[in-house]
Amino acid sequence: MAQMKFMCDAERCIECNGCVTACKNANDVEWGIQRRRVVTLNDGEADEMSISVACMHCDDAPCMAVCPTDCFYKTDDGIVLHDKDLCIGCGYCLYACPFGAPQFPKQNAFGERGKMDKCTFCAGGPAESKEEEYQKYGSNRIAEGKLPLCAEMCSTKALLAGDAQDVADIFRQRVVHRGHKDGAWSNNPQASTDNLAYDAARKG
Amino acid sequence: MTTITMTSQRSERPPWLRNVFQRGWRMGILLLLLVASLGMAPLADAQADTDREMATAAPGISAEQWRQVRSGETGPNYRDSRFDSNYNLINASGETWRQIRNRWVSPFGLIAIGGMIVVIALFYFIVGRKHLDEPRTGRKLFRWSLLMRSLHWTVASLFIVLALTGLNLLFGKFVFRTLFGDAVWAWMISASKVLHNYLGPLFGVLLVVLLISLLKDNIPKKHDWVWFKKAGGLTGKHHPDAGFANGGEKAWYWLLATVGLVVVASGFVLDFPNYGQSRDTMQWANIIHAVGALGLTAVALGHIYIGTIGTEGSLEAMTTGYVDETWAKEHHNLWYEEVKDQAMSEEEIAALKSNSSGDASASKPS
Repeated sequence: MAQMKFMCDAERCIECNGCVTACKNANDVEWGIQRRRVVTLNDGEADEMSISVACMHCDDAPCMAVCPTDCFYKTDDGIVLHDKDLCIGCGYCLYACPFGAPQFPKQNAFGERGKMDKCTFCAGGPAESKEEEYQKYGSNRIAEGKLPLCAEMCSTKALLAGDAQDVADIFRQRVVHRGHKDGAWSNNPQASTDNLAYDAARKG
Repeated sequence: MTTITMTSQRSERPPWLRNVFQRGWRMGILLLLLVASLGMAPLADAQADTDREMATAAPGISAEQWRQVRSGETGPNYRDSRFDSNYNLINASGETWRQIRNRWVSPFGLIAIGGMIVVIALFYFIVGRKHLDEPRTGRKLFRWSLLMRSLHWTVASLFIVLALTGLNLLFGKFVFRTLFGDAVWAWMISASKVLHNYLGPLFGVLLVVLLISLLKDNIPKKHDWVWFKKAGGLTGKHHPDAGFANGGEKAWYWLLATVGLVVVASGFVLDFPNYGQSRDTMQWANIIHAVGALGLTAVALGHIYIGTIGTEGSLEAMTTGYVDETWAKEHHNLWYEEVKDQAMSEEEIAALKSNSSGDASASKPS
């Protein structure tokens, strides 16, 4: 089975917010909720950098680990989904998430937050019917054999979605082509691609 | 004539076409430039020196930027496309919170509460109930007014509900989801959260009222220290000195007045996200709340044991409002000395109750 991952190539992202718009459109997300966001560091400076962020469907997902209702589950494709019928809106997933992915429709007194909403990798969620699924979680493009719309519509192909291996291969190729010594994998001891990119750069 | 025709012909042309004619020469030059540049592109490529290009190209994403991301610093030129977002790119403290909560608070909270239950059970089966040393005299002393008893039992009930729902929020998923299935579990955990969030503030307010009304009886005295050194009478033959409240009761009071209020305060931080407090604030509030509440729950088990099956004659103080003379003499000798002349027989109390239509215990008989 595939291990679905997003990857945003920060050197390609031009902060067009196309992914944000595509996501909202594909999933008909509730007003006030924006499953994907674009963050820009050092805006207007020489080292400006933008990156598109949403749920990264972690291998060891902190939201799953802290959820009091145990409403999260991982699909066979490694996509982290949650059951809105179980969600009590406590906000713990938001405290734990490294990417600020979980959002709540409300933020009222007595911890009334409503049901948590987050990126589903366009894989919907648990529901009785397709209509209910769309209404609660948005589209299920994965079931139709399609990748998330944000990545599909990215104009510079900065945002990549798909099997982790494929995504890594594409990115590695890019890094080799750019000739960076360590690409974007620096300080990541787990990335075996580190050496690959380094060697390739030396050969070039 | 010709001139006129020309003019009329020209005037028949739509304005946009006229513009094209007028600007035609400029567009021609532009086109020429475009074609020329296309022709020159491969030429430039052939001369490309990748090493030199790398040296002069605009920098890519540097290690400095990833450090910035990891540290969570945002700076004045940080932008987030989400409309009201106050989040940095990477919530690094989230993992810290998760580890503290899941690795330390959860297991040690369970150990504290489970350990307390085991210790109390062992104490009960080995040492057993603390009976009165002397027989009861049958004469009673007034100890708790109806108002104080109502307040105590309201706060106590709320405490128990909050403890149970809180424990369910922390540990319930390991037990009840598999036990009862999703339908019951969804209802159970949702009810837990709602009860916890709505009764919590009520508990907080009533706890403050209770603490204020008990303050004057719980000022620490010198004999309380002696009480502690003798472990409340567990060591030695005689009960150590105690006033209206003994050393243990005062310790429980001051634990609630400190840790209890901290738990209430941190609970308010978690319960009212409408004030826009940050994730980081709520992470810490959650840890403080959980540690304090688990500790209080463990100690409360001791309080409940001592107040009910642990000591003969204690529970009736909080249910009827009256205690036996013997109980007062043994457990609160200094208080007994103050009020011993106010002791009443059962008949006198009954008469007092019927006189004031069953509300005798609401006010201290004089």
